[in-house]
Amino acid sequence: MRDGDSTARLGRRGVLECMTWAGTAMVWTLVGGVPRARLLGSAAAATADFSFVQVSDSHLGFDRPANPDPTATFGAALKAVTEVPGQPRFLIHTGDITHLSKPGQFDLAAQLLTTTKLRIYTVPGEHDVLEDDGKSWMNRYGGQEGAKGDGWYSFNAGGVHFIGLVNVMNLSGNGLGALGNDQLEWLEQDVASLTASTPVVVFAHVPLWTVYADWGWGTADGAQALTYLKRFGSVTVLNGHIHQVMQKVEGHVAFHTARSTAFPQPVPGTTKGPGPMAVPAGQLRSYLGIARVSVVASNAPLAIVDTPLMG
Amino acid sequence: MRNEFAPGGIARRGMLRAALRLAGGVALLGAALRVAAADATEIHVDNFKFAPTPLTVPKGATVTWINRDDIPHSIVCQALGFHSKPLDTDASVSLRFDQPGKYDYICGLHPFMRGQVIVQG
Repeated sequence: MRDGDSTARLGRRGVLECMTWAGTAMVWTLVGGVPRARLLGSAAAATADFSFVQVSDSHLGFDRPANPDPTATFGAALKAVTEVPGQPRFLIHTGDITHLSKPGQFDLAAQLLTTTKLRIYTVPGEHDVLEDDGKSWMNRYGGQEGAKGDGWYSFNAGGVHFIGLVNVMNLSGNGLGALGNDQLEWLEQDVASLTASTPVVVFAHVPLWTVYADWGWGTADGAQALTYLKRFGSVTVLNGHIHQVMQKVEGHVAFHTARSTAFPQPVPGTTKGPGPMAVPAGQLRSYLGIARVSVVASNAPLAIVDTPLMG
Repeated sequence: MRNEFAPGGIARRGMLRAALRLAGGVALLGAALRVAAADATEIHVDNFKFAPTPLTVPKGATVTWINRDDIPHSIVCQALGFHSKPLDTDASVSLRFDQPGKYDYICGLHPFMRGQVIVQG
């Protein structure tokens, strides 16, 4: 809940509500920067409406001390997906499915994802396109209906317009993610015919907002993309990459990053580098988790519930 | 080490062992310094940083990058059109420098990581 913007207000078309079950099992929530405890009930009530699940950064193939078995924790996350209240319509994986883009790592991920019986939408993380110009990823996930360029696409579900963006193919000179002109032009056109009351959900691997430039945690031309979305009443941006929950609300745009299912990374600037963070034995799963997003009737907010695997 | 500081553990034998280890350490350090002086062509990646940088080598030297991080890195030297494969933990890649000059390089996965090799004529 860092960077919560206290200027956010519940608007006519609804804004974002965020809830996090923190590692202590404490339930806390954020509406316009004000924590509220009883919103758990609101989220529970929303289960009858359209919802989907976000998982991120499964890094299959990673085997270092921070988590020697990310296959097990990804499996646990997907099991948690099958147990969330209500019936999620689909699953969005916001990238870094694999650690080293190996075909075997992609195959294992596909096998595990099948256990959810959910349709999968994804965008690549930089770890998914390390080899062969990203062909392993493109061959498996680049064929979404209407996909363009490096695999970006959009679709409509539950009255929401979803946009999957690719910002890891050409990292910019300062180390940030980048969308590129072709994708920006496509985005401008893609949303041009939508009415401003259409809720929009954008998902991409690297945060579209600058979390911490020194570690490359941002997208160089993300602000340009957001100008095309300014006129919309409800925009939710879902990202991964930084392996921790961070949120911010700017006007009608709510930004949210998800936990990894593999290993946590440090809070920006608290360590010399962004490498995997080893946590005390037995606590790893309280740093990993999934997010569930509910889209409810027009006067009610979008709600994101982040759930750690343990705690 | 833990045994030597356990109650009653700082016996004469323990101290002797420690002294021997220290002596051995100095000897190893000496060996490392000699290698460094003669042929300092290794660059390590630790905690998202290249070291040493800049690294000065004679013309014709082969420089080896070794990744000590838990995250893969790659080496990109635009001036030479060199783009390594991603290096997983403890993996390495080598590149021979035949022309004098200053060569900037970055990590292709984390371009905020920068380094330089200076090749003397």
